[in-house]
Amino acid sequence: MNVVEVRGLRYRYPDGTQAIDGVDFHLEAGECVALFGANGSGKTTFVLHLNGLLTGDGSIEICGVPLKPKTLPQIRTKVGLVFQDSDEQLFMPTVLEDVAFGPMNQGLSSQDALHRAAHALEDVGMAAAIHKAPYHLSSGEKRRAAIAGVLVMQPEILVLDEPTTSLDPPGRRDLIRLLRGLKQAKILVTHDVEFAAALATRAVFFEHGRVAGEGTVGEIARQFNWHSRPEE
Amino acid sequence: MHHVVVESWSRRASPLHARDARAKLGALLVFLIAVSTTAPESQTAFALYSALLLMAILFARLPITALLRRALLVLPFSATFGLITWLGGNPMRAVSLGEKSFLSGLAALLLVATTPLAELMRGLESLRVPRSLLLVIEFVYRYLFVISEQAQHMRLAARSRGSSFRASAGALGVLFTRSWERADGIYYAMLARGFNGRFPSFTAGRFVIADAAFLIVASGAAIAVRVVM
Repeated sequence: MNVVEVRGLRYRYPDGTQAIDGVDFHLEAGECVALFGANGSGKTTFVLHLNGLLTGDGSIEICGVPLKPKTLPQIRTKVGLVFQDSDEQLFMPTVLEDVAFGPMNQGLSSQDALHRAAHALEDVGMAAAIHKAPYHLSSGEKRRAAIAGVLVMQPEILVLDEPTTSLDPPGRRDLIRLLRGLKQAKILVTHDVEFAAALATRAVFFEHGRVAGEGTVGEIARQFNWHSRPEE
Repeated sequence: MHHVVVESWSRRASPLHARDARAKLGALLVFLIAVSTTAPESQTAFALYSALLLMAILFARLPITALLRRALLVLPFSATFGLITWLGGNPMRAVSLGEKSFLSGLAALLLVATTPLAELMRGLESLRVPRSLLLVIEFVYRYLFVISEQAQHMRLAARSRGSSFRASAGALGVLFTRSWERADGIYYAMLARGFNGRFPSFTAGRFVIADAAFLIVASGAAIAVRVVM
């Protein structure tokens, strides 16, 4: 069953840039897909459509529900978006309150929301930091707190935008381990081929707002010369 | 980062922090009215008002000098009017203008420094302040931190290249654009997690007897000074 079904998506930024130019995309339950492509190829713009933060032309269905203004609240609980810059995602005064922000918006009582938030933080290995202020955390901890803030809403699809940015190798390893243990379908927007290869079973290559290729991570990396070794 | 000092103060614990936001708001309102309607000549009254605030600061266990320094920020504004009054031949009034604005600023700061913003907003909401106005206040407050953090980053970057960060028009423009983008990002992140125009508050606010007692004693003291002096 496809949890994400996108057909003919087009989006033009207010300044006239055609950021998405006819994208078809699907994601199966439990699948993990990597989105590759140069900076500015439309990957982030594309994922911002998946929970209606941007609205272009074309159709998007999430778990069989068409994305419309009316279904937005429902869809936002199904698609969990982890942003590239964790500082933008953590805006409440403490880590625990930040993670509880989503459940509170879902209408849970503060006691239940905080309880669930504490659990989610435990799941990502952040139990010790719950009362810290977000700006006191390391990059890896911020990323994990941001993921907890999304997991706590029990989404069916997890979208991570450049999740390995500013992580040190152990932090990256921990993130791979954490993501492997999550049952949700995942979309990874990343430049990190090694990271993608460790998690994704399929890769999609974006170019000028279109899907230019699809295959395994290895195939796509070869086809588009997507690596950073200077000798080849 | 150091810009969140007042925010961190507001999350401490003290007898004053424990009071319901509505009790503190009520007391502040009475205090402000008492101070602003006091005659310019009654210097004893101003001394007593200061004593009341000092007592409150001690109860709140806040650092006095740091708090006083922050309250001084209101003076440049009132000093302008003070100067005009002084030049207009009324030095007594000019002095009292400074005193009144400093005391008012300090009292308001004391409220903000002992009440987490979410609680303060909820207190105001239950006192029928329009929701849209509160939302504007809340966003301004949050984005102030965004802007100041951005400015601190830019100052660091400028310093590391051997110059000092001056608030030139160019730097301000860049600061504005960057803060704008960052604010956009934060807003997206909030929407993505179901933000519906209302910041969650985690403490269940209840107006208990101690709150009523505080409101009566604090307002009573301010009124007493105003009437007797």
